[in-house]
Amino acid sequence: MSDAPRPAGVSPWGRRLVIAVPYLWLLVFFLAPFFIVLKISFSDTVIALPPYEPVLDIAKGWQGVTEWWAGLDAENYGILFEDELYVASYLSSLRIATISTLLTLLIAYPMAYGMARAPKGWRPMLLMAVILPFWTSLLIRVYAWIGILSPEGLLNAFLLGTGIISEPLYIMNTETAVFIGIVYSYLPFMVLPLYASLEKLDDTLLEAAADLGSPPWKAFWQITVPLSLPGVIAGCFLVFIPAVGEFVIPDLLGGSETLMIGKTLYNEFFMNRDWPVSSAIAVLLLLVLVLPIAIYNNVQVREVEAKK
Amino acid sequence: MTPYASPSLPRLDDPMALKPAQKALGPIRRSFAPWLDPSAVPLIRFENVVKRFGDFTAVDNVSIDIHQREFFALLGPSGCGKTTLMRMLAGFEEPTSGRITLAGQDLVGVPPYRRPVNMMFQSYALFPHMSVEQNIAFGLKQDKLPKAEIEARVKEMLRLVKLETFAARKPHQLSGGQRQRVALARSLAKRPKVLLLDEPLGALDKKLREETQFELMDLQMELGLTFLIVTHDQEEAMTVADRIAVMNHGKLVQVATPGEIYEQPSCRYVAGFIGDINLFEAEVTASSGGAVTLKSEEVGAAFSAAGEAAPGASVALAVRPEKVRISIDPPPADATNVLKGEVWDIAYLGDWTVFLVKAENSEKIVRVSRANVMRSEAQPIAWDDKVHVWFAPDAGVLLTS
Amino acid sequence: MKKGLSSVNLAALTFGFAFLYLPIVLLVIYSFNDSQLVTVWGGFSTRWYVALLHNEQLLEAAWVTVRLGLISATLATVLGTLAAVTLTRFVRFPGRTLFSGMVYAPLVMPEVITGLSLLLLFVAIGLDRGFLTLTLAHVTFSMCFVAVVVQSRLITFDRSLEEAALDLGCPPFKTFFVITLPIILPAIVSGWMLAFTLSIDDLVISQFTTGPSATTLPMRIYSSVRLGVKPEINAVCTIMIAIVTIGVIAASIATKRAESERVKAERTAAAGR
Repeated sequence: MSDAPRPAGVSPWGRRLVIAVPYLWLLVFFLAPFFIVLKISFSDTVIALPPYEPVLDIAKGWQGVTEWWAGLDAENYGILFEDELYVASYLSSLRIATISTLLTLLIAYPMAYGMARAPKGWRPMLLMAVILPFWTSLLIRVYAWIGILSPEGLLNAFLLGTGIISEPLYIMNTETAVFIGIVYSYLPFMVLPLYASLEKLDDTLLEAAADLGSPPWKAFWQITVPLSLPGVIAGCFLVFIPAVGEFVIPDLLGGSETLMIGKTLYNEFFMNRDWPVSSAIAVLLLLVLVLPIAIYNNVQVREVEAKK
Repeated sequence: MTPYASPSLPRLDDPMALKPAQKALGPIRRSFAPWLDPSAVPLIRFENVVKRFGDFTAVDNVSIDIHQREFFALLGPSGCGKTTLMRMLAGFEEPTSGRITLAGQDLVGVPPYRRPVNMMFQSYALFPHMSVEQNIAFGLKQDKLPKAEIEARVKEMLRLVKLETFAARKPHQLSGGQRQRVALARSLAKRPKVLLLDEPLGALDKKLREETQFELMDLQMELGLTFLIVTHDQEEAMTVADRIAVMNHGKLVQVATPGEIYEQPSCRYVAGFIGDINLFEAEVTASSGGAVTLKSEEVGAAFSAAGEAAPGASVALAVRPEKVRISIDPPPADATNVLKGEVWDIAYLGDWTVFLVKAENSEKIVRVSRANVMRSEAQPIAWDDKVHVWFAPDAGVLLTS
Repeated sequence: MKKGLSSVNLAALTFGFAFLYLPIVLLVIYSFNDSQLVTVWGGFSTRWYVALLHNEQLLEAAWVTVRLGLISATLATVLGTLAAVTLTRFVRFPGRTLFSGMVYAPLVMPEVITGLSLLLLFVAIGLDRGFLTLTLAHVTFSMCFVAVVVQSRLITFDRSLEEAALDLGCPPFKTFFVITLPIILPAIVSGWMLAFTLSIDDLVISQFTTGPSATTLPMRIYSSVRLGVKPEINAVCTIMIAIVTIGVIAASIATKRAESERVKAERTAAAGR
């Protein structure tokens, strides 16, 4: 019917108000802070309040501005590239996030597929069953694994008790535990978009394939998988991007050997009290993630436009 | 529109057919033609209205006058601009250029909630969280009418559409036909100067649609309102409208009464869009005193037709299928425009039969339709029969575009 | 789908859901374990729940968390709804790309970045960290989730209902409150619930943006568990899980009942003509 979705008769000021309120909020509390982080990443640490310098003193007028500008340097970025810890953390985070995303995909796909093929009456319940853990705190769910994976935990008790192994497994405080933690926590984020994609799949396409002589497994790879790709992509972004900067899971389940940039940043900030270096870490992390975030954003917007 | 559709003539034994005729013979309908009166001031004027969406021109320089108490139809295929035109009258779109006036008042910049125009939506757009009563009262509440008056008006509307016992129900508790009646009542509650109907009968089954068409016509006459209906269904437009505006690709093609549109189409498009037509492409060989002789290469024959045209001009002779006679025996000696051919296909529709006749020595298929006035025939025409078809000189219209 | 479940599908589902729920179930079970050790079952007991009631710190933190959740969820819902309306109704305005970027980005942004940047903002403008900054931070990240939920409902919303209201004389803002809002209310409520849950579960952003006067429950839980499994923590977690479960199930049942009532009503109407 009508092309332009402009609501008729809305006063221009009313329109501006509705747009302005959330816009300003996000500008102030989401966008502006990034610039502050950027600025502080060029500052130096001091034992003072605030624990960085230079601090812009507007009262000093233009002289204040020039002083402030002169005090900025890229020293912190130098530290990031020189000190092995940081580079290793970035690379390790990317590696762990990528592997975890793939593992999550591997587990989530059969689940989502099973849910999409389940009898119609079951599906709301299955959906609810997947969403329920998502509403439960990440912290709680990760904590639950401590009790299972630790040397005195339930897993070892079970395996030792049944005689499958004779020595306890040291999974806790290793990368393996982090993998398990990430896969476990982010599973619903992968299942839901996959399910949404697979559920929309038209059954008659598979029937047509069968009618034309394609065996089920072939139809799966040639029809089902390609058509579920939007869901796969959405799910992967929803897992990968936050996983790169994940903190709680490597902190509780990984040991000191497990390097993830989120943990490094946190420790740099709260333990070393080095705000400028933490900011530099954050800026670099953001740069690393800017491309995936932009792609994800693009995909979201396009999906919304398509639905209109 | 079925390929073999033809305008239904009222059957003599059908009580439904008599009902509108009784009303139609009344004084208003028989002499109702304000568009012919040069001193009449139209209620609605579209003046050179253009609407563009980016590169796409939805409405291309359309000018129409609609008079008070008319039941006016905008007819055309989807995408022809009829809906856009109506929405500009309602206020949901603004024209890119041109003017729309209602009762002399220019509507530019007037938002929809301040226009004395109401619309009945294609999807009914009933407010799901309100009851039937509340839906109908909604417009009245916006005008801040006193409570007693609102109640009285709502009751009146419910009576009008025969839904008195359904007042407290919610839309999801109603059937399709009932929802449609609520939508109608709601749009009439404010007694608008003009009621716009956006393809209102599309969702109904055939029987209900026909009933509702007649009900709408009765309602319109009873209330003395002006109705503007937008539809792609030419049968619907022909049934309800006083005048029809045929549109195509944003342009206005012809504005006329149903009878004029059917019997005097202005061009090939209108001739083909409304009902079925035989178009014989021909060249004028002679013309004098309102009669022309044509030579058609298509069928290798000469035609004589009534009309004016310059010799040498290329025209199409448009003949409606029911104006063409068919028989196996040769026609009477004084018959004109006779063609011989073979029956190519037959469609038996119960009340009518349609014959597709392939003209001798050509590829042309002539369409002939005939009412089955007898219950059985002695010598019925069958496939592959050799037949004669003929029509009178004034049976067709000369079309130059 | 007509084919139904093959044994492979069934196995995948079973394994998947078992994997999802086993840890939670074990946690719940061991909150009733009389013994302190995870591997030793000391008998059924509710002593840890009793201990909870006397734990001032945890109770205080719970109160802060609930208050924070209620306030931030409500504010986030208002802002998120405005953002959703902007994205779906106002197609062209300067800076629209930036705006939609700012709405979608927080959904995937690592919390350490959001937390750090918000803290640095508060320091730069000289705002003391405490309940206020905590609330501002929570509103900021949860409003985007609300926006996405409400937006997806607004997109499928039948615009002709709004046009009908306009046509009948109702100006646009009134139309929004009288027609649109009541109909999309379920989406707004789910948005609110989502914002509430995100707030009461949040750890990292809270760590960055709060002050000494406002410690949330997740923060208390976190500082406890860094040192290992604590049965009292199991009890707290079980309570939180129970609340969430009851909430989700109740919402589910309510939706299902409304849906079946509507289907029944439509069927009777169609039959009765």
